[in-house]
This record gives sequence, structure tokens and C-alpha cells, in this order.
Amino acid sequence: MTDITPFLKDLLTAPGLSGYEDPAAEIITAKWTPLVHEISRGRLGSLHGLRRGAGASPRPSIMVATHMDAIGLMVTGIADGFLRFTQVGGVDPRVLPGALVTVYATGVGKPQPIPGVVVQPQSQLLPPEIGLNPVPLEYLFVDTGLPPRKVADLVHVGDVISFAQPPFELSGGTITGHTLDNRVSVAALTVCLEELQSRPHIWDVWAVATTQEEIGTIGATSSTFELHPTIVIALDVTHAKGPGSSDWQTSPLGKGPTLCMGPNIHPVIHKAMKDLAERLEIPYGLEYAPRHTGTDGYATQVVAEGVPTLVMGIPLRYMHTPVEVVAIKDIQRAGRLVAEFIAGLTPDFMEKITWDD
Amino acid sequence: MPTIGNAQLKLLEKLCNACAVCGDEGEVRKIVLDELKGHADDVRVDALGNVLVTRLGSGPSTPLRASRKRLKVMVSAHMDEVGFMLVADDGDGLFRFETVGGIDIRHLPGKAVLVGKDHLPGVIGVRPIHLTTTEERKQKIPLDALRIDIGPDSGKVKPGDRATFATRFQRNGPVLIAKALDDRFGVVILLELFKNAPANIDLQAAFTVQEEIGLRGAKVAAYAFNPDLAVVVDATPANDLPGWDGEENTSFNTKLGLGPAIYIADNDSFSDPRLVRHLSEIAQADGIPFQFRQPGSGGTDAGSIHMARSGIPSVSVSVPHRYSHTAASIARLDDWKNTLVLLHAALKRLNPEFLTSDRA
Repeated sequence: MTDITPFLKDLLTAPGLSGYEDPAAEIITAKWTPLVHEISRGRLGSLHGLRRGAGASPRPSIMVATHMDAIGLMVTGIADGFLRFTQVGGVDPRVLPGALVTVYATGVGKPQPIPGVVVQPQSQLLPPEIGLNPVPLEYLFVDTGLPPRKVADLVHVGDVISFAQPPFELSGGTITGHTLDNRVSVAALTVCLEELQSRPHIWDVWAVATTQEEIGTIGATSSTFELHPTIVIALDVTHAKGPGSSDWQTSPLGKGPTLCMGPNIHPVIHKAMKDLAERLEIPYGLEYAPRHTGTDGYATQVVAEGVPTLVMGIPLRYMHTPVEVVAIKDIQRAGRLVAEFIAGLTPDFMEKITWDD
Repeated sequence: MPTIGNAQLKLLEKLCNACAVCGDEGEVRKIVLDELKGHADDVRVDALGNVLVTRLGSGPSTPLRASRKRLKVMVSAHMDEVGFMLVADDGDGLFRFETVGGIDIRHLPGKAVLVGKDHLPGVIGVRPIHLTTTEERKQKIPLDALRIDIGPDSGKVKPGDRATFATRFQRNGPVLIAKALDDRFGVVILLELFKNAPANIDLQAAFTVQEEIGLRGAKVAAYAFNPDLAVVVDATPANDLPGWDGEENTSFNTKLGLGPAIYIADNDSFSDPRLVRHLSEIAQADGIPFQFRQPGSGGTDAGSIHMARSGIPSVSVSVPHRYSHTAASIARLDDWKNTLVLLHAALKRLNPEFLTSDRA
């Protein structure tokens, strides 16, 4: 198995906020092109890579959806060279003061990266009732340090702001950075595609890097409609146990991907995946989503006439902060498990599904 | 004439990226000692870890009058920075920690840190937004709920290790972004002054420790040097942001881009008025931009130095920078350069009669 870390680090260094995924899509396209037979972009920007199966046409197909978009910030106004901003996706304002960011300034054409910092004004410049409490997002600024006139020339309202915490490896085979949610799943899908180079598979495989997941699973919805897959696996991150997070919604870091159970997930296919993991002795955990899984799987299940959907999770600490943490071996395990599942799909897999009622 | 080029930028980068929390200043001390090689007449590391170096002037070998001797001028800059100390091992790579120096804990969640002499990376994470309530997000996360997470293989890290923010120095044209500009600006300026020391004075450079926890290194350094007067080089906040309600910000302390900030009064000392006048007159004469730091709270090593022995006339000059004591401060290259130029010009024009001039 090749080391996925260099590719992942490249991908973590790219911006690609929801709706502005091109920088990530370019890196993924370069990586996937040799691994698939066809590659193209969907109408809402999702990247569609097709590996044709060996079965007789028309073949069933499996789509693996990994969203490539990132959470971040967006400029809403400029005051004396300081940028007011709003959030793109869910951001806890308490992680922002002091965060390194990159402003993609469009004032001179092609977005130009400008380094900046999210700053918390000192208390005498804030409403007195804030005191020593967390400063709400609307009172924070992004500062580039550039003179106000220069900022006015470069930055426009609507410019996107990405987190800029560089990725780095922690001890014990873990990695940290921003946007591990969900670039680690893109990396896992890449591992899967690499595995499939030497594994015959009957079904067509759609490797999909979806857009705009963080603002409402948009790209997954349109791509599922366009590609019309027989099965979808939504591969996303899930909450890992860590400081402040240890309840039933969390899974251990580094102990394998999770297989999610709940109404968004097809129970029979879930069981097939679970049995496969047992048989291959790939460590996994079970995750329970009594309602919304918070993944692309929530959307794909109800596209068109409905699509049987699976949700797999890669445990991640500190989700939606600039210092998310993932165990690299969980990425490899997830990729391998999906590849094995694909390789094992028979032409009549769907016909053999019987509801266990 | 000292100036700022690539060599100085590289040195500041190295200094800012070094980790030197109060009491653990070794990494910066090593850089300072290396830089001083071949430039000093005397080098000492004292009982607290201060680096005390002297470069004698060369003026006329036979003084015109016995009383007309070179001034001994202490110039100090502190090597230490704010940061953290790991205090308990919770297992699984998670460590409790305390802050060292004035850190607003609202700046800690979501930051990367470097731990120990080997700069092992770690992070300060928080419960993900998905698992919090709206009410919870209005509450500050207390320090005792935060951990430094270095990953599950924690063998190389132990309680007692220091940690700093992991931010790496970066430059964007006129803008510098880094941790610990307070007071690596002072260190880099003092090194440059020392290498270009004017001959009219005996320059006593003190690279001090433990400034951030009570100006402690400077106290003993001033005693040891027993100078005629002292100049402290530090970095001071530019709180020059707009107010939330559009009202004029009248408590900015200093403003970015207006040049070196000369201190008149802060919480710990009143500057010697002769030194304030000397600095501002030279800045005006030479056309060097400068500003007076708004009198108010805060303090520098001058707080300790001016009280040493029988008293030492002192002044502080700081490079303005935004967001001191956070993961990422912002400053302008020109403010650094102008601070260096002003200090060099001011030292060069100190004559032995200086202390006999009227105080006000």
C-alpha cells in the first residue's frame, strides 16, 4: 500500500470552501486521472471519476461520495482595512481568535492569497456586556496587516477566507490540520482506487468528490441524480473520542472506521459490509445515527426513486477546528474496506437483498 | 549604519520560531551567543540565564578631563516569551497545562503548539461544534477543560516541558506575522545595535529572562551592569482597531506603521524625561517616524532597571505590533527598521555631559 500522507498533506494545504472547490478538485483530478477510466466535473462542480467494471453492460454501479469542500469564512465588510466576515459551514467562534487564515482576494482578477489572522479586538472596543466571555463572530476581524488603502484595492465583499493552519504529523501515526473533514475521506477513496488497480471488479465504480456538503449536501444530491448509481457509500469523518468528547456519539481514534447504523443507511448492505470487515479482520466500530447522519448519505438516499446508501466514518478529533486529528491507519483501513467491498460485488448482489423482516 | 536586509529577516525568523518560555530561554540564548561571537569584549551568562555582554567604546584614549569618561549604557531586550508548561499527563498523549505570562485563554482553542526542546507538535482541540449547544458556545472554555494533544505515542513528552504556539514566521511584503514578536524584535534590534555599537559609549547589552512573569531577569542584570543609564527595547501592542460602534478609538496605545513607540509613562516606570527628549529630538532631526506610546498600563524591563541600585535613568522604546501574547502577532517591517535606526542614532549622540542636562 502506498503512503497516502504526501497526497493528503497537499490536499490539506489547498483551499476549496463550499462552492469554491476548484483548488481541491485540481489536486484530486491530478491524483485520480491515472486511477480511473474517465474523469469529469458535474454541473455543480463535483468531481466524477469512473472506473468501468468487468461485468456485462449495462452494469450496476457503486458511487463512493467523499466531500471535498471545506468550512471557512467569507468577507462581509471592510472597516479601516480590517475584514468583517461570516462563516461558511459550521464554525464555533471560540476557535477563531488567533487562527491563521488566507484571504483569497479577487480585487485584481484571479484570487490572490493574502495571509491573515482572525483577531479579537480588545475589550474596550467591544460592547461592554461581552466582558471576558467569548467574542461573537460578528465582532471579530480578519487582519492582513496591510494598509487600509491596499486592502480596499485587493479585497472584495464575498471573498472567501480559508483556514491556513499547516498540516503536520503528530505522534503515533496521527495527523493534524484544518479540513481533514473531509479530505481524509478523499484520501481513503484514493487508497481504494489504488487497491482496485490490481483487483478485478464487476461493477462500475464512481469515485466522487462532492461539493457543498458543509452547506447542505448539495453536490452529492446532484451527482447522485446525474450518475444514477445502484448503491452509494458516503464516506465522511465522524467524531472521535477526545478531551471534552467521550459520549455515545464518539468513536475511538485509530481503532478503525465506523459503520453507521440508522434510518439513512440500508440495513442489509450495512450488514454485508460489517460481515466483510469481520471476515477480513479489518478493525471497525459501529456508530449510531438515530436521525440525520450529517453526511452526504442523508441526501443520496432520497435522490430520484431512492438509492440504497451506506455511511462510513473515519474517526476525527476536534471537528471543524483548524486542528482536527485523524489516525492515518484509519484512512488506509477505510480505503481498503471499501475496495474489498467493491471487489466482492456480484452482478446479482442487489437481487439477493432480502429485507430481514 | 545598521539596517535591515535578508540577514536580519532570517535572524528574526529564527528567533521568532525558537521556543523560549520564561525560565526556559535556552534556545534563544544559544542564538544570541552565536550571533555575538567576535563582537563582544566580555560575555557572561548569569545566575538566572541572562546574557550580559559588553562592548567598550573606543573614544579618545586620553580623556580631555578626568570626569569626561564614556557613558556606560545598558540596552536590554527580553529573550523569554509567553507560553505554557505541561503539568500533568492524562495518558493517551493528552496533557494538562498552565499558562506562563499574560495569555487570554480565549485564544487557546484550536491552536497548534510545539512542546519541549525537540519542538514536538501538539494541538489544543475542543469539543466539536456539532456536539455543543448554543448556550455552551457562549461560555468561555476554562483552562482546566483544555488539553495539549500530541498524539497517542507520548513517550517523548513529560510534565514540566514548556510549549509555545506553533506559528511559523511569515512575511507578506511590508507585513510580518509571527509568534513572540514580543520581544524577539527587541532581541534582533539589540543584536544589530551591538554589532554596530557606536564608539562613544560602553554598550552593555542585556538579553534578559523572565520578563513576562515580573521583569525578573532585568532586575539582576541592571545590578550587575551598574550602568549610567538604560534603554529597554521591547514590543508594545498597537490596539488600533476600529470600535464596534463606530466611535473613535482613543485608547490605541500605539498605531501600526507610525514608527518606534517612545515611552513616557507606563504602569511600572516613568521614563527619564531627558532620554525621552533626546530620542524624540533625534527622530525629528533625522526625519525618523516615531510615536509616543499612550501613557497607561503595561510595562517593560525598565520597571526593574530604573529601581536597581541607587536608581538608573531609563527609557523604553518599542516596536508596535498587534495581538501580542497570542498565536500570531502582526507588525510592519518599517516599524522595526525605524526603531533600529532611531536607537542607533540616539546612542551615537549620547555624550558624557548628557546626565548633567536639566531633567525637564
